[in-house]
Amino acid sequence: MNIIMAALFLGLLGLLSGILLSFASKKFEVKVDPKIEEVMQYIPSANCGGCGYPGCAALAEAIVNNGVSISLCVAISKRNADAINKIMGVEKNANDNDPLARKAALIRCQGLNTDEYKNFEYAGVKDCQAAVLLQNGPWKCPHRCLGLGSCVNACPFDALKMGPNNLPVVDEAKCVACGKCVDACPKQIIELVPQIKTVHVLCVSKDTGKDTIKMCKIGCIGCGICKKNCPVDAIVIENNLAKINYEKCIDCGKCVEVCPRKSIIKESHQDI
Amino acid sequence: MTGSLIGIFLTAIFIENFVLNQILGLCPFIGVSSRTESAVGMGISVTFVMVMAGVATWGVQNLVLVPYSLEYLQTVSFILIIAALVQFVEMVIKKLAPALYKALGVFLPLITTNCAVLGVALINVRRNYGLLESSFHALGGGLGFMLALVIMSGIRERLAISEVPVAMRGAPIAFITAGLLATAFMGLSGLI
Repeated sequence: MNIIMAALFLGLLGLLSGILLSFASKKFEVKVDPKIEEVMQYIPSANCGGCGYPGCAALAEAIVNNGVSISLCVAISKRNADAINKIMGVEKNANDNDPLARKAALIRCQGLNTDEYKNFEYAGVKDCQAAVLLQNGPWKCPHRCLGLGSCVNACPFDALKMGPNNLPVVDEAKCVACGKCVDACPKQIIELVPQIKTVHVLCVSKDTGKDTIKMCKIGCIGCGICKKNCPVDAIVIENNLAKINYEKCIDCGKCVEVCPRKSIIKESHQDI
Repeated sequence: MTGSLIGIFLTAIFIENFVLNQILGLCPFIGVSSRTESAVGMGISVTFVMVMAGVATWGVQNLVLVPYSLEYLQTVSFILIIAALVQFVEMVIKKLAPALYKALGVFLPLITTNCAVLGVALINVRRNYGLLESSFHALGGGLGFMLALVIMSGIRERLAISEVPVAMRGAPIAFITAGLLATAFMGLSGLI
């Protein structure tokens, strides 16, 4: 008798909750466009936020509902992007043919490693944001890379690691230019630049040449020699700092040769 | 009546804190406490489910189990009710408050197997609480759970950027922190 009661009770309870749930699932059904799930299959799901949406699911929704282009996604491979375009019936990405569109992070500091240019030894929390709170960091130059790796921690793609001289090194094969490191750097020395260009100004100091000389041996002083020697007028001097216009730059490396401060360098991709 | 209700409520939060004093629901306590944002989300959803489960299990216990002398089915039926309830709540939230649903995310289904929720239901029965007392006890228990989670997540956010000895990094230091936190909460036992 007892067993029958128990079985009956549990059976009824199960049945009741089953009925309740099936009714609820009908009544509270949320219709999801099946396209969103299809698109989600091809999206990297790294949730880096590089597209400007709060995560990959949000971008997938925007692609399906608002017709946003998948080219916003910086991390996606070409094959997956094509697959999504196929789902959406879109022909081609607008910037597929633009070689400058493929960008990577660039650390714009050469991190001269001598105590001569240090104010004090920093021994606090290993975090750039924390170090910058203490008299703007231990270096005399206010733009010097602190070398504590906040950008490395911020990278969702494992594309940054600490290299020699306590400088972060970008692995351009892994970097998708999501811009997380740019936001994480309190000194704002990381910039997204076209990957195919190899000549860069590795300094962000906008101080006068006189001040920069005091703080760093290899900082840009805005002398303008590079500008005079550039065959295609790709360099401008703004606020005591040389700036390369990557659309004009032909990567000839003339400026690297003439720079008296060695602030402009030509990347050799081998050593990465 | 009101005095004892408030007493039950405060006791459940501070003195008999489900996580730090009764050592229940440790899985989300360690798992979801690395960021304050998610800790608050988890806390709110657990509180919600606890109150619902407290009321529903009280009904089943006093209207079915006791009259038909089936008390030995308590655990099974309570788990069944809690699981169904969590599913139901998930559907309702998904429909009515999509933003909240997104914020809670995976935490909702996780609560199904949270022993703190079952603990509330079973303790309600053991202490012969009435309907009101049960719901206050459940509400207090949920808020206490949230309190423990939020404190823990605050500490762990700090821990993440401090220099911890290599052997202690990650779970070990989290367990030590939890232990110290539990010891600290013992100091509140003279509160009421």
